[in-house]
Amino acid sequence: MIQGKAIVFTDNIDTDQIIGAHLLSLPSISEMAPFTFEHHPHFVTEFARGDILVGGKNFGCGSSREQAPAVLKERGVAAIVAKSFARIFFRNAVNLGLPVIVCSKTEELRDFTKLEIAGDRLLDLGTGRAYAIQPLPPFIQSLVDDGGIIAHLRRKGKTA
Amino acid sequence: MNVIEKILAAHSCEAELHPGKIVDVSLDAVMANDATACLAIDIFKEQIGAERVFDPEKVILIMDHYTPSSSIAAADSHNKMRDFAKEQGLPYVYDGVGVCHQLMMEHHVVPGQVVIGADSHTCSYGALGVLATGMGSTDVAVAWSQGRIWMKVPEGISIHVTGKWPKGVYAKDLILRIVGDLTAGGATYRAICFKGAAIEALGMAERMTLANMVIEAGAKFAYIQPDEKTRAYLEQMDRQEYLVYEDDEDAVYEQTLDFDIGHLEPQIAYPHSVDNVKDLFEFKGLPLNELFLGACTNGRYEDLEVAASVLKGRKVAKGVRFLITPASTNVYLRAVKSGLISVLVESGAMIGTPGCSACFGGTGGILGKNERLLSTANRNFRGRVGSPESEIYLASPATVAASALTGCITDPREVLQ
Repeated sequence: MIQGKAIVFTDNIDTDQIIGAHLLSLPSISEMAPFTFEHHPHFVTEFARGDILVGGKNFGCGSSREQAPAVLKERGVAAIVAKSFARIFFRNAVNLGLPVIVCSKTEELRDFTKLEIAGDRLLDLGTGRAYAIQPLPPFIQSLVDDGGIIAHLRRKGKTA
Repeated sequence: MNVIEKILAAHSCEAELHPGKIVDVSLDAVMANDATACLAIDIFKEQIGAERVFDPEKVILIMDHYTPSSSIAAADSHNKMRDFAKEQGLPYVYDGVGVCHQLMMEHHVVPGQVVIGADSHTCSYGALGVLATGMGSTDVAVAWSQGRIWMKVPEGISIHVTGKWPKGVYAKDLILRIVGDLTAGGATYRAICFKGAAIEALGMAERMTLANMVIEAGAKFAYIQPDEKTRAYLEQMDRQEYLVYEDDEDAVYEQTLDFDIGHLEPQIAYPHSVDNVKDLFEFKGLPLNELFLGACTNGRYEDLEVAASVLKGRKVAKGVRFLITPASTNVYLRAVKSGLISVLVESGAMIGTPGCSACFGGTGGILGKNERLLSTANRNFRGRVGSPESEIYLASPATVAASALTGCITDPREVLQ
């Protein structure tokens, strides 16, 4: 179960906004992390470790930069709930073990409301409303359960 | 099966594939660049614990996003790539000689292959009939170690384009219109196949522009059926051995869209999303600070040629800066030898070092507060090329060159010679 405060974003949040091009050559994710969403005052002032990001359609579009989900994880984002995710971002998040949750009703969720994610339900603890979470295909769910692609391969004996 | 399913089947030893199935595919090449390779190197060594890449000939490293090195951090990351290449004995390492995708298409890929790259515009190679897609650094590190990666077989969208290309309208205008129609996430997890007489009429450069931008609608692959032009392009680059796959007669596509190019006007994508697309006339006269012609979208010889035809004997407007960056040294040299570069420089344009340049915001051409850029690149996200208070508009090379003459957004049909 995951609980956290909602930080709400619009549709089409691109990975350039999450972490800018000029920062990708920094030597480590921990050095990039302070610049996460650096031009989003909303995130900069309101986000606290353990919060849940709420997006609309196509969250994480654009560049393949894995640094985007990696800095979100480093900053302590507990999960991202969105109507839909861009393909590469979704894969990267699954690979990193950052929970990405598809829910068709995210427009009903308000900023700073407390959310709970448990099993196949998303619960808005402010309004008491429950929302269905779209299940992942079994293979993707097995990657999530194993803790990402590398742990998955290790379990199958395919890494050194 | 459709051609996408057939290529994936051949790379996963499956007899029959259908959309939604997850398959483990063998890879013909794995590319990473200087925005993504260092993270992959760390993951390869520290998390996977791997020692050797699966095949040094198939692991290609390209420095293009921060070249010539634009900061101490970039210089250090370039050295990390060089050290890794040396340690692994990688024969193909490119350093400041072009945008990764241009180099992959000039030197490496052939039709029928499956290729991944740690860069979202890897889908460009679909112009040559290659199934190519972008992934993150972890997937690339896994691919370096295994030579394989999992993929979900995508649904196909067939876009059938007919009609005669109007003067001043190019593949860039078509793909902007398509992204506008499909929306930024409208083709997520789909393969887009471009077909029809108007596509066959395009040269390789414009086919690359089309395939390059399918990711802006979220697509996983682009695909254009190889033909005589593809064969001639590859032969000139000394690549002759490959397998060409085709749709079966009963091939299935989830959607088929028809497009008549004859009615298309020059297009503009306006801030801050690539699917904000309108006819150019709605922005006519909008003042600009900077213009950029280049990137994996439109930095090829043919793009420079269009710009030179507009600029020949004319001058870039006072008060604006026009940066032109060839997509590779091959393009650059050809443009030097043919005299295109002289025409462009005489008009007042600056010529950049082959690479990502002002598409990415990693090197030159960074925008200040409240500045406006008109670019041939593929993205106009807020703050991508500098200040979050700047604006990026996207258009064809002809529109960018015409607008450089006036300093404001200008219809290329008014000045094309």
